Amino acid sequence: MSDLDTAEQVLPGTAPGEDVVFELRGDADFDTAEMSLSIGPAHPATHGVLRVVLDMDGERIRAARPVIGYMHRGFEKLAEYRDYRQIMALTNRHDWLSGFCNELGVALAVEKMMEMEVPGRAQWIRMLLAEWNRVLNHLMFVGSFALELGAITPMFYAFREREDIQYLLESATGGRLHFTYNQPGGVKIDLPKGFLRESVGLVESTRARLPDYVDLVLGNEIFQARTKGIGALPPEVALAYGVTGPSLQAAGVPEDSRVTEPYLKYGEIDVRVPTGDNGDSFDRFAVLLGRIEASLDIIDQIHDHIGPGPVNTKLPKMVRAPEGATYVRTENPLGQLGYFLQSDGSKNPWRFKMRTPSFSNVQSLPYLLRGQLMPDAVAILGSVFFVVGDVDR
Amino acid sequence: MTASLPALWDAGVLEALVAQSASLLTLDNFWLSALLKILLCTVMLMVVSLVGGYLEHKAMGHMQNRTGPMEAGPHGVLQLVADGIKFIQKEDIVPRAADPLVFAVAPGVALVPALLGFLVIPLGPGIWAEDLELGLFYALAIGSVGVLGILMGGWASANKFSLIGGIRAAAQLIAYELPLILAAAAVAIQAGSLSLVDIVESQATMNIFGTPVSMWFVFPQLLGFAIFVTAALAELSRPPFDMPIADSELVFGYMTEYTGIKFAMFLLTEYGGMVFMSALISVLYLGGWQPLPGIGLPGCEAAAGISDCGALGTVLGVGIMMAKIMALIFVMVWLRVAYPRLREDQLQKISWLVLIPLSLANIVVVAIGKVAL
Repeated sequence: MSDLDTAEQVLPGTAPGEDVVFELRGDADFDTAEMSLSIGPAHPATHGVLRVVLDMDGERIRAARPVIGYMHRGFEKLAEYRDYRQIMALTNRHDWLSGFCNELGVALAVEKMMEMEVPGRAQWIRMLLAEWNRVLNHLMFVGSFALELGAITPMFYAFREREDIQYLLESATGGRLHFTYNQPGGVKIDLPKGFLRESVGLVESTRARLPDYVDLVLGNEIFQARTKGIGALPPEVALAYGVTGPSLQAAGVPEDSRVTEPYLKYGEIDVRVPTGDNGDSFDRFAVLLGRIEASLDIIDQIHDHIGPGPVNTKLPKMVRAPEGATYVRTENPLGQLGYFLQSDGSKNPWRFKMRTPSFSNVQSLPYLLRGQLMPDAVAILGSVFFVVGDVDR
Repeated sequence: MTASLPALWDAGVLEALVAQSASLLTLDNFWLSALLKILLCTVMLMVVSLVGGYLEHKAMGHMQNRTGPMEAGPHGVLQLVADGIKFIQKEDIVPRAADPLVFAVAPGVALVPALLGFLVIPLGPGIWAEDLELGLFYALAIGSVGVLGILMGGWASANKFSLIGGIRAAAQLIAYELPLILAAAAVAIQAGSLSLVDIVESQATMNIFGTPVSMWFVFPQLLGFAIFVTAALAELSRPPFDMPIADSELVFGYMTEYTGIKFAMFLLTEYGGMVFMSALISVLYLGGWQPLPGIGLPGCEAAAGISDCGALGTVLGVGIMMAKIMALIFVMVWLRVAYPRLREDQLQKISWLVLIPLSLANIVVVAIGKVAL
């Protein structure tokens, strides 16, 4: 099936679809009518309520317009009426696949404003759980992207791994999706007994299972034929749209705020940032798998560093950030998450602005989908990793 | 009225079409015989398909780290029966913009050819409804009528996803009918007959340099077998060629707007098609009801040929044929679990640039071998 593999001729940024033999061009001899096709808000390809309106000519996409807002829940406004501990429970809901990393951002912002010292153990625990959360998130997308392409099995295998990790996180936080484990100044309670031992074992078993995904999905001929050269996002376009995370790294830009602007203790350990060459769907998937591996390596290092000590600081009855503003950016599983926090000194934030990675990633869809075939649209939608709740907030 | 029309109804012409080997089901009582034959086809469609469906549920489940249905009956064996009852109870929704007549007729147009196909399939020694002289031709022709129902359903649903699905199905059929027929033609050349019973018998008694050898056609025609299986998968819209359904792109393709019993009829068509194609593959390439190449069924040696084997041999033969059908369905399920979906243009490319040239080469090789040996 190697003759299907036409990726070599396609350079990133060139108009996609020139490699197919059977062109479906509108300027053929016969008249073709343009058709407007609305994918979503309830459609199996969008996993969530993203709506994409496609102007189609046959199976060829002329233009694509993402329509967002079906899941707007007003988190930014709600945050203005909650105190800082309650905001944790809000923020782990906008991107429900990276709950821990989201609440970590809030905690960092508040601590930065209050100039709070966070104990070392708490920071290591936060990193440990954030990396596990990243693995959890990426496994979901490994499964769902394969599902978009018609491979149903990886989803079930990814969920087997996810179940084990969720069980581990549940033992520490009590939550499976919405952890609410952070608080300004540390984490709520210490890790339960035996958590680290379980964690060490889980790293091994997860790492042992990763080659399955490489063999069965990444190495599959049909998967490569479907994804190589499809939806190539050149680095300059990606940067212009503000695309971050795996999609940007797949384009060859090693931007990762754990490395470029380390928070917590990321500066003390070695963080590997996998990058791709072409920025196509295949590279995005490969980077995603690479990031899982990198996260497991980080978790190994955290196990070596984590030591005894307190896990939180004594908080006043009401946490009040002093008057002023701050911006904190963290590397979320899907890209860079930024929280802009402005306080007037009261117990609630005066303004709480979220810069979510999914929102920026979705912006690149019109560029990526133009000129593609309908089946490729699915390969692109699945590989520009986003969570609709994170887009709409 | 021309003279040719009465000639079509001439008894001699019909005699030639309905061929030589009489089935065990052909009795003196015409009506009883007809009833038995109808029953045979219906059981193949309604019962064997459900067994195949159950196999798919279970095999997929266990390959995917789950158990599959467990509740309806022991180990969920009655799950598909329960599903059928559920489908009958569902509301029959017809979209307001749909063409109600075509919308209603389409599932039937798809289902009836699936039923008629079983007419010529030999399931065991003496167990077939009719042994047509043109059996292979009939089987391939009737199999491709079903896509008309799919196209009708896609068009009449007044849904863009359905329309794209229906058109994809039609395009796929045009592309894959050709390699399918060309691969089957090579079998007909080697067997020297279009009758499916003859094809099975010739796999037991092949002459190579004057020596009678029992050789299933899969061995000399491995390439043809691969082409036929690939084309059959595409014709059935089974993964990795399931673009007409493509649930992540087209919701459910031409079936999107169907509910209740009509939807069930489309589903039954799919499973019936799987059983039919598996049976056809077994007959053409895997020696039909023969247990192993060179080893006959008990009771066959005494009788003339392998089509008359006595009670034990007949039952065993049917069992072996069913086992082959189920094994092939298992392979189809396995492919579904293991592979992602191809793209429509890649599928067309495989057909026109790979399969058709290969199947032509296959015919040439087989024809030369037939003349030389």
